[in-house]
Amino acid sequence: MSCFRLENVSYRYDKALVLNGVDLRLDPGEILGLFGHNGAGKTTSIKLILGLMAPSQGKVTVLGGEAGDPKVSQYIGYLPENVMFYPQLTGREILAHFARLKGADLRQVPELLGQVGLDDAMDARVKTYSKGMRQRLGLAQALLGKPRLLMLDEPTVGLDPIATADLYRLLRTLRDDGTGVVLCSHVLPGVEPYIDRAAILTEGSLKAAGDLAALRRQANMPTTLSLEPENSVAALEAVVNSAKASAGLMMRQDNGRLHVDVRSAEKMGLMKALMASGEVRDMGVYQPTLEDLYVHFIGSGGLAHRGGAQ
Amino acid sequence: MNSIWTIARKELSDSFRNRWLIAIALVFATLAVGIAWFGAAASGQVGYASTPATIASLASLGIFLIPLIALLLAYDAIVGEEEGGTLLLLMTYPLSRGQLLFGKFFGHGLTLALATLIGFGVAGIAIALLVEDVAVGALAIAMLRFIISTTLLGWSFIALAYVVSVRVSEKPIAAGLALAIWFFFVLIFDLMLLGVLVASQGEFNAELLPWLLLLNPTDIYRLLNIVTFSDSAQLSGVLSLGSDLPIGPSGLWLALVLWFVIPLTGAWALFRGRRI
Repeated sequence: MSCFRLENVSYRYDKALVLNGVDLRLDPGEILGLFGHNGAGKTTSIKLILGLMAPSQGKVTVLGGEAGDPKVSQYIGYLPENVMFYPQLTGREILAHFARLKGADLRQVPELLGQVGLDDAMDARVKTYSKGMRQRLGLAQALLGKPRLLMLDEPTVGLDPIATADLYRLLRTLRDDGTGVVLCSHVLPGVEPYIDRAAILTEGSLKAAGDLAALRRQANMPTTLSLEPENSVAALEAVVNSAKASAGLMMRQDNGRLHVDVRSAEKMGLMKALMASGEVRDMGVYQPTLEDLYVHFIGSGGLAHRGGAQ
Repeated sequence: MNSIWTIARKELSDSFRNRWLIAIALVFATLAVGIAWFGAAASGQVGYASTPATIASLASLGIFLIPLIALLLAYDAIVGEEEGGTLLLLMTYPLSRGQLLFGKFFGHGLTLALATLIGFGVAGIAIALLVEDVAVGALAIAMLRFIISTTLLGWSFIALAYVVSVRVSEKPIAAGLALAIWFFFVLIFDLMLLGVLVASQGEFNAELLPWLLLLNPTDIYRLLNIVTFSDSAQLSGVLSLGSDLPIGPSGLWLALVLWFVIPLTGAWALFRGRRI
């Protein structure tokens, strides 16, 4: 049973088509990165999965049931972007309130607050919390009742690097325990090592979805080899030029190194030729990053799309 | 039911925390004791006049104060959650919109009922203990009737505040509309009715006119607390129409109950259609 499944889902608001025929699923024990600029349909997709809205067309299935059904909501943890709480209550009181609403064991409250590093602040009023502390409280809230589907919108905002690393470690533990996790983040490079699959939305349509290797194949973007010459850059250039894969390769020099862009299919052939030539002292291999893939799939109009990745 | 109680319990504990409940109770107790002892000062007397006179004075004051307190307590129930950023999160929990709204009503309603009971109850006990020759039984019944009707009046304005709160998207607008509701029912409505009476010079359907009083919960409240005690000849202004109403006190009680049930149901229907 999948954590959620969107089948040909469209959503229309007034006359605007906010989501257009999206097919997407998340399986248990998987972390999915959901990326898209403002207005791409990311928030709409989340709201449909949470059952806050009904699709205009298509089918949304969540944990084998209907989105928004209380029996389903009980097993969903959600951290909204810029999470806010009642400022006059303490962290402990807020978490207890939400635990009661979820029917979760109240003993989980101090446990979770400890897990997110709020042991010392749990009895302070939330109005005294920093943004990072509020975010950690939001995360504790999302973890109430051992969710089977966890949806986190910009979870690293306000977190320092150590807390961010802790968060990702925690998400991996949850994933290994079978929780399905959806992660929406601005910070694409930081997210890359922690997600199993990525889905890229633009203007309401799903442009690409899959693991990074599949996305790289689909994008067919070049891998960059950064070569330090044993003798000279010119000698290295000669090796590259004589290699069978050289047709149409992009080369540039930088700080005494030669950078060569090579298509994935031809990468291994060129590397072997380079190694055999004895002209390479050191070699770095740079595959397209998640950020590169994102820019590739949404097209060059990223900034025009109201401010880049969201 | 558990979710409704969780929401109600938070509202109630908020009322204790921000001292709303104790402040309202204190205001009620002070006013009640003040009116009981000094209500007749204008006619040159100081001291307890009579139970009917005290209740009538309290009710006259209550129609200004109770709606205002109820509206202030409840106008931001939903729009406040939305502006504070907690509504979206709440709606992702196993909690229906109806449960959230009824939980809020339960909490706010209980706050107002407790404040009324404590405030006027304490005043009633003070009168019973300190005033000589007061008929305690009659006082208790009158006070109980007053407390229950005051609570129902408060509930009707809480429900009216919810209609505004689920409809608008900004708190200041909700506050403005809540004040407009107060202005309409407390100040304008009777003037309008009086205007119709005078302008029509008796040609307006005489049978229909008294029924129009039921369109205002504050008029029902006054009828319940004043007509029951007073000779109808003493009723002034539009309330004199009340003596022509063919329904007895039970009809008035029912009307006051409907005045919170119908707006609350309306608020629920509007909330269900709201986009979050």
